[in-house]
Amino acid sequence: MEFFLVTLLNSLSYGLLLFMLSSGLTLIFSMMGVLNFAHASFYMLGAYFAYQTSTYVGFWPALVIAPLVVAGLGALTERYGLRTVHKYGHVAELLFTFGLAYIIEEVVHLIWGRAPVPYRIPEILDFSAFSIFSTQYPAYRVFMMLISVAMLVALYLVLTRTRIGMIIQASLSHPDMVQALGHNVPTVFMLVFAGGAALAGLAGVIGGNAFVTEPGMAVSVGTIVFVVVVFGGMGSLAGAFIASLIIGAVQTFSVAFDYSLLSLFGTIGIKVNTESGWMELWKVTIAQAAPVLPYLLMVAMLIVRPKGLMGTREG
Amino acid sequence: MVKSRLRAALIGTVAALAFAGPAAAQGVVKIAYLEGLSGPFGNVGEVGLRHLQFAAERINEKGGVLGQKIEVVPFDTKTSPQEAQLVFKQLVDQGIRYMMQGNGSAVALALSEAMGKHNARNPEQTVLYMNYGAVDPALTNDKCNFYHFRFDADVDMKMQALTNYMAAQKSINKVYLINQDYSFGQSVAKAARAMLNQKRPDVQIVGDDLHPLGKVKDFAPYVAKIKASGADAVVTGNWGNDVALLIKAAKDAGLTADFYTYYAGGLGTPPVIGEAGVGHLKQVTVFHSNIGGSGTVANVEAYRKRFPDSKDDFYWTSIINAMTMLTMAMEKVKSTDPVKVAPALEGIKIDTITGEVTMRADNHQAVQPIFVSTFSKANGKDVKFDVERTGFGFRTDARIEAKDTALPTTCKFQRPKG
Repeated sequence: MEFFLVTLLNSLSYGLLLFMLSSGLTLIFSMMGVLNFAHASFYMLGAYFAYQTSTYVGFWPALVIAPLVVAGLGALTERYGLRTVHKYGHVAELLFTFGLAYIIEEVVHLIWGRAPVPYRIPEILDFSAFSIFSTQYPAYRVFMMLISVAMLVALYLVLTRTRIGMIIQASLSHPDMVQALGHNVPTVFMLVFAGGAALAGLAGVIGGNAFVTEPGMAVSVGTIVFVVVVFGGMGSLAGAFIASLIIGAVQTFSVAFDYSLLSLFGTIGIKVNTESGWMELWKVTIAQAAPVLPYLLMVAMLIVRPKGLMGTREG
Repeated sequence: MVKSRLRAALIGTVAALAFAGPAAAQGVVKIAYLEGLSGPFGNVGEVGLRHLQFAAERINEKGGVLGQKIEVVPFDTKTSPQEAQLVFKQLVDQGIRYMMQGNGSAVALALSEAMGKHNARNPEQTVLYMNYGAVDPALTNDKCNFYHFRFDADVDMKMQALTNYMAAQKSINKVYLINQDYSFGQSVAKAARAMLNQKRPDVQIVGDDLHPLGKVKDFAPYVAKIKASGADAVVTGNWGNDVALLIKAAKDAGLTADFYTYYAGGLGTPPVIGEAGVGHLKQVTVFHSNIGGSGTVANVEAYRKRFPDSKDDFYWTSIINAMTMLTMAMEKVKSTDPVKVAPALEGIKIDTITGEVTMRADNHQAVQPIFVSTFSKANGKDVKFDVERTGFGFRTDARIEAKDTALPTTCKFQRPKG
């Protein structure tokens, strides 16, 4: 029970962080049709900016400043990068973001070096918030969840209750009509891109010190974010939310299961030839296979339902 | 025209400068340093590089070896076996005949195999491999190679020392094993299981986890599992971020089990655990900065002086020993040719700050004292030096003499003819 509760909380906090990352990606995709390969790089930049800012003014201002700076970079990327290559089609845009991811990584290498930077949890949050039976639950994880939920609520309100939100939603499906009504759709695109980057940056600020701030962090989180977006359905925020929680749970819970195909065979009474070359495969436990599971889920989803959980378009 | 004449003059001057002096005339001894210098273990790779530079500079200050200077040439393997094999081809093409590597036994096995094939096919370009830290026992047993020399103690030797110490701790009843899922981590788990069963049959192994190497950023789920198992001791061979993050997650969850580690003294872990690790965090190593002796103090201080900006400390005595033994062997045979130097390395003995270190002839494994130590508050006395400027350092619990650490070997390498 203790284990279940702790792991549930862990999976929730991880899932919410994943959502913060994937929400921006899925918004950008649904609006501009661009799969932004550099999205996870904005996550990394958020963490590094927060680290740098926190060395001067502390964590709390960094929590605000870093995402804003990332948003600014996102806006510049859209205005002077994507918009320029837009006329050459989606492949050019895709390649542009792909290249950008590499450039950002190299720039991070140049400025902060290849080693992890000592970006730490602020001392005021470095205590255990409560205990579940005998396991302490760190306050910072609670803080992460609070920030994620606050962001979730804010995003929902902006998209459904404000004028700009309505224009964004309209631009998602009918950009030409919105343009014809006199709205500046390119600016809306820029805002969405900046907003998406800011969300990734914010995730970086709170994820960078919970985990590790290093140049490899974009790559390690990048693939999983794509899994979330594809699994949840391209362009669907609700889908991304559910997918984040599912992937988060799969990754955290699977660690606990020491069952392998061998033990399954044992329970259903199949005898296995222990000399067989397949033994290595039968012996792999779910815990060991944990890192592959999200990708298996994605492949399964693509086979069964190519548009994803809540996606609206095929393929 | 004027331009080209100017260029010719310049080239002439540069060439004259380059060939000035006897040392340059005879060339330099290049040591290739193959390590992940980027990626998740880039920080650890850089620590080793600083140690190798430190060792090379000291040799060069004394006039080098046979009048030649040592030159360190770093190559980035990204800690990947495939990448390392490509890098190996590069260094051969550049005419480098000595290489050093130590992070990652998967890389080491790939390199040793590539080198074995290369040396068999191109005996005139033989390469010698100095392994300062890849400790999979296979490298000096079933998969040993004549031109591979290991200067660190292997997994089984360290586990022998660690389990001897653990067997005497009556408070240990339930042990949890968590390791990286590759040759090294698997051999740690195997050795721990076998040796604990033998020395303390009453101890229960309550968990045996293998997790992907360098991929886990959040160990909280693993810690929840350890906690649920009721373990009072955890044995891990994790290194780099994998140990730092594991310890961090354990501290966050309030896990009070003792950690028996191979590399907790390495980069990143001490600042993460701080006060919470005092008395609970243990490591088994061939060196730590508080083993005592004036040589140790001098080395630690010289290293800090040489690299004032880096947070790491003097740690890899195996790199220093490798370079000392190498230059001794070279001077003994008056040659820098690996074919002549390798046999001269066999049985070589040196006096080091940790005690006498001998290179075994039958499997090319260095035999040296091993230390078990515990994370403690630095006090200027038996914990003189802290690690990574944290105010905490390691205190020796047990010193296992060299003769008690040697283990039988299954190594049967092909000696070169002649």
